[in-house]
Amino acid sequence: MSRVATLAQPFSPAREPGIVWLAGHELRLAWRDWRAMITAGNRRRFSTALVVLLLVGLALHLPAWAIVGRFGAEGIDPDKSELISISLIVLLFVSLLLSQAMESVTRSLYSRGDLDLVLSSPVPPRRLFAVRIGANATLIAIMAVVLSAPFVNVLIATGGPRWLAGYGVAIAFGFAMAAIAVAITIGLFRVLGPRRTRLVAQIVAAVVGATFAIGIQVAAILFYGNLASGIMSAPDALVAFVPAESHPIWLPARAILGDWKALAIVAAASATIVAAVTLVVAPRLGEHSIAATDLAAPAGRRRRRAMRFATRSPARAMRRKEWILLRRDPWLVSQTLTQLLYLLPPALLLARNFGESTGTYVVVVMVMVTVGGQLAGALAWLAISGEDAPEMVATAPIAAGAVTRAKVEAVFGAVAMVLGPVVAAFALLSVWHAFAAALGIAVAAASTIRIQLWFRAQAKRNHFRRRHTSSRIATFGEALVSFSWAAATGLAAAGSIFAAFSAVVAILILLMVRAVSPRKAAEAT
Amino acid sequence: MDQAARPAALQLRGLVKTFDRPAVDRLDLTVRAGEFYALLGPNGAGKTTTLRMVVGLLRPDAGSITVLGVDALADPIAAKRRTAWVSDEPMIYDKLTPFEYLQFVASLWGVESTTAERNARELLDWLGLAPHADERCEGFSRGMRQKVALAGALVHDPELIILDEPLTGLDAGTARQVKDVLQARVRAGGTVIMTTHILEVAERMAERIGVLASGRLIAEGTLAELSLRAGRGGSLEDVFLTLVAESAAA
Repeated sequence: MSRVATLAQPFSPAREPGIVWLAGHELRLAWRDWRAMITAGNRRRFSTALVVLLLVGLALHLPAWAIVGRFGAEGIDPDKSELISISLIVLLFVSLLLSQAMESVTRSLYSRGDLDLVLSSPVPPRRLFAVRIGANATLIAIMAVVLSAPFVNVLIATGGPRWLAGYGVAIAFGFAMAAIAVAITIGLFRVLGPRRTRLVAQIVAAVVGATFAIGIQVAAILFYGNLASGIMSAPDALVAFVPAESHPIWLPARAILGDWKALAIVAAASATIVAAVTLVVAPRLGEHSIAATDLAAPAGRRRRRAMRFATRSPARAMRRKEWILLRRDPWLVSQTLTQLLYLLPPALLLARNFGESTGTYVVVVMVMVTVGGQLAGALAWLAISGEDAPEMVATAPIAAGAVTRAKVEAVFGAVAMVLGPVVAAFALLSVWHAFAAALGIAVAAASTIRIQLWFRAQAKRNHFRRRHTSSRIATFGEALVSFSWAAATGLAAAGSIFAAFSAVVAILILLMVRAVSPRKAAEAT
Repeated sequence: MDQAARPAALQLRGLVKTFDRPAVDRLDLTVRAGEFYALLGPNGAGKTTTLRMVVGLLRPDAGSITVLGVDALADPIAAKRRTAWVSDEPMIYDKLTPFEYLQFVASLWGVESTTAERNARELLDWLGLAPHADERCEGFSRGMRQKVALAGALVHDPELIILDEPLTGLDAGTARQVKDVLQARVRAGGTVIMTTHILEVAERMAERIGVLASGRLIAEGTLAELSLRAGRGGSLEDVFLTLVAESAAA
């Protein structure tokens, strides 16, 4: 009796849910999502994951110290060159926030989740979606604070509390970018319709995230000829071209430097953007969400030409099926395009330094091997772990090993289709380096595919909305192995005996990943 | 042909599967070729576990499974070649069209192109999927998805079709289409084994009914035989509930 009474009390809200109650609900869901994400669904790992995150966060203060430590102590004169540099860093930061916010908005718009429940409740949709926009913006702002924390903390430690303004700018931009992401997505929705918006928004998010970082590299290469320099000192031509120091374009940079008036203007602008988007978009977000999730209702895309019905061998049929599914996955298309974008800076470097140094070829080889390994890992994760009809495939008259082999072949084939033309073009410049790149890509791809086989966890593809549902260990393992093989290939291409050392490191990493993989654990028991 | 004289399409002997408790407990079961057999039982009785072992999705702890004369544990590929499985949750590829899906399934079962195409077109027509044959399945309702899954199960002309709750969540029209297709298969000499909680369907469609409880076959036969066994007449629902209650009390 008393138990029922205790449970019943918080269970029935006394009045219609208000903004605070709804916000609490949204944030509680977001917190649980985040917990599930960092623990990969295992709640017992939470404290360990938290300690690891904390240590990583602390470790990030070291490179931050190396990069901005001297600015805190010496101070920065707000001349044009410095304002340009700071503004470029802000833009880099903003592109990352916008990309994340767009990804988050698209995901929430296209997943039904609790939409049926909340829209059938007596809560006004306008209020509900205003809270949802606000919660999304809060999460992006928190992300902005976390990302900027190592740099701002170092500046505060070395230069005093005036650098606290950096957090203010991060929060303001976090909120503003979240609101702008909602506006862009809804704009795309109105122009392109729900079906195309999903693909376009995901591609835009991925490309926005990568473009500015790559753009800076491209600018650095064009101005200075290498990948590392350039960001903290603007070229004279640019200094002469940009507006005077008093122009409002420099307000964010001035705010970061501790100009409280500039910070107030930036914060006010951010609040205005959030309020405007919330007022204009919130009433319509409900109908757009329904249209997006009701993609399940209308008929799917009609093919333009009649297909010939031809059966193939089981292996060929399996490979073909995987290629069709990979090609029709908008998330994957956007990720692949992003990875290819990373080839752009070394390609430019190559074009600029063509014939001058073989060192450039080595850089290109290393980037290609890294991209190949990462791409193969992403594709293998989807093809090997993602299977929408596992029971049908398991009850088909073919051996399980043959199914896996066909999937692995499909992944190798897809990597070859994406990177083959790039390697072929590279061969026109240097056959030896192209050969090394092809070999390195094959080895790196084989390694990352092998990791995905060890960490295989069968699930439906539409549950794989985000890469982070994969094992953290597998993801880190793939990255480390790809980098190690890239280093080994690059060193081998340069004729260095240290290539063998890098190769041994790659193999050791593979062995370590295998030792902690679920497959190995299953064998042990 | 006399029912007893027909060869066995499925023969289970001493089948055992234990998870944290015995799910299937020394089960003996025989289904004759050309028979429509309904497997009933309360939740957790072991129906799905039994069928998943038959189609090779689970490995039994003990016992034997013979599918159309083939030892399914010794030669699973040969057994699978002649069997089809349809689960309660239609598992198809969202990004493939029904046409592409049937092409893929027919390829996995090694069906020759001309036969596969003829079967596919017949099934698409029969199940009312022809107008949607070139649309991606991601936009399909549950009923349409179940029909695509069923078409996939039938496109390779299986001799034994095993279905786990195939009518769950289907509207009356779709359920009727599925039932018609299954009955046509039986008339053509195929064997159908189906689990269902819709007892009227079992009563109307099945030649014989098996009742499982706690992993054991507690009764088997026609409705008349089951009524006799239960010691009461009435609907299958009444008979079923009596048999299950008796088993629980024993």
